[in-house]
Amino acid sequence: MDRVLGDKKTILMLLGPALLVYTLVMLVPVLISLGYTFFEGNAITGFSFVGLDNITRLFHDPDVRHALWFTLKYAVILTTLQVALGYGMAILYVFALKRGSGVVRTLLFFPVVLPTVAVALLFQKFFEIAPQTGPVNAILNSLGFASVDWFGDAGHAFVVLILMDLWRSAGFYAVLLYAGLVDIPEEMLEAARLEGAGTLQLIRHIVVPLSMPVLLSSLVFSINGTLKVFDSVVALTNGGPGSETTPLTLYMFQTSFSYGEYGYGASIALMLTVLCLLFTIFVFRSSRRDVTES
Amino acid sequence: MATAFVSRFARQLPVRLLVLVLLVIVVYPLVWLLLGSFKTQDEFLNGSTWALPQHWQFSNYSDAWTTGNLSTYVRNSVLTVGPALAFIVLFGVAAGFALEVMVWKGRNAVLLTFLLGIMVPGQMILLPLFTSYFQLGLTGTLWPLIITYTAIGLPLTVFMMATYFRAIPREIFEAAVLDGASMLRAFFSIGFPMARNAVFTVALVQFFFLWNDLLIALTFTNTSDLRTIQVGLLNFTGEFGQTEYGPLFAAICINVFGCLALYLFLNQKVMKGLAGGAVKG
Repeated sequence: MDRVLGDKKTILMLLGPALLVYTLVMLVPVLISLGYTFFEGNAITGFSFVGLDNITRLFHDPDVRHALWFTLKYAVILTTLQVALGYGMAILYVFALKRGSGVVRTLLFFPVVLPTVAVALLFQKFFEIAPQTGPVNAILNSLGFASVDWFGDAGHAFVVLILMDLWRSAGFYAVLLYAGLVDIPEEMLEAARLEGAGTLQLIRHIVVPLSMPVLLSSLVFSINGTLKVFDSVVALTNGGPGSETTPLTLYMFQTSFSYGEYGYGASIALMLTVLCLLFTIFVFRSSRRDVTES
Repeated sequence: MATAFVSRFARQLPVRLLVLVLLVIVVYPLVWLLLGSFKTQDEFLNGSTWALPQHWQFSNYSDAWTTGNLSTYVRNSVLTVGPALAFIVLFGVAAGFALEVMVWKGRNAVLLTFLLGIMVPGQMILLPLFTSYFQLGLTGTLWPLIITYTAIGLPLTVFMMATYFRAIPREIFEAAVLDGASMLRAFFSIGFPMARNAVFTVALVQFFFLWNDLLIALTFTNTSDLRTIQVGLLNFTGEFGQTEYGPLFAAICINVFGCLALYLFLNQKVMKGLAGGAVKG
């Protein structure tokens, strides 16, 4: 039996294609990209060896510092808000709407399946000031406020960006966390209620600790996505005004393809990868400490 | 009795209001978008943003489809996402089977290698791939997109399928082998059909992921004939010289409501798949 289950030829036939594509198109390019960090130039002009120049340049480039700061600010704020909002919605589904939450869940999940580019264009027009006055400015006007040029400065553009990505993703995290919450045994909640626990106490002492694992996987998932933000920014602000809303991903893209600096682009990509790794490890480590403390 | 009813209603009022507000926030922009796709340019610039279309201008849709080249973009998206999805499913399910059902040394290491791919940002592979496709003469075709999409979709698919096959008792396949089937036959006649629902879920998740991709499509489409729907939409205003609101809204509508229709059609399986995956992760 082991001979058949371990048949080398069959394993090769089944695993071969996937492993080949994955190796050639993911693993090897990652290694080549690491190699690029020591070079300057691009595919058309050729490469020349520059040693660690690209890495040193990373630490002195004010644009990188700005893009890094923007990425971190965006990632931390959006991850916090989207997981918190999703958690709130999940609690609403499980404890307030109970069995009847199906339709609401489906409707609030709508934005998740929509293409980011389409949503970004929609939000651009929704917050527009001229030539047409979008609904948001129309509401401001009817309340007696002046219209706001939402894409005219970094602060306002950032607010629209965060609002848009919350709109897009809250429904997803709600469903993800909902799956964790429905697994909490009904008897446990009933027992706590009989002991006289109020809704808030119930949430704090029973629901949150019991849903910790799924909450943590949501955080890891979310931070890995928000650090890599690209579509939303490109389609909503294209990094502007100026380069005020440019994250690392977009800066890497511009450096590589607008300026043809592959070596430096690869260095920025490496920085992004390290960032994702660090944050994932950070979330996992802090979770382990929580578990051992309690 | 009546007071009990009233007090119960009053108690639920905040929750109902909250749900109503959430629903309006999610649904209203979509309604506004749909109504806008039937308006004339004049209504956009001079009318109230709340108004309904005066005389429903259906030609916005034909303008978007032909003058706006949306037909080309949709065709390109279908021609890249379709083959990539087929490769991802076929290769991914087979690999999941080989890694979980078959017994051999080093399979855990290989599974872990696939897992690593989930975290690597796309930016990390763009530059070497761009160079390779250029040297292979693939630039100017849709192949770079199909190949890259296949590779990017594999890690998650392999991981999810391996998790799925782990839950199936190996005895089923052993019985098939005792009856004289080869493992290859056992995979195609038993493994793949059994995993039908899981395959469906994975394919759906990957479809939305690839259809909505911008980074890869933007990198490897150097001419306007090759643009996928997302890249095309991003450059849509350029086709007309100035912002033509009606056709733009119609183009966004086609993209948005197309995805929405597909999602509603397949809704229950998506929700089930997501919930299943979340509990395991």
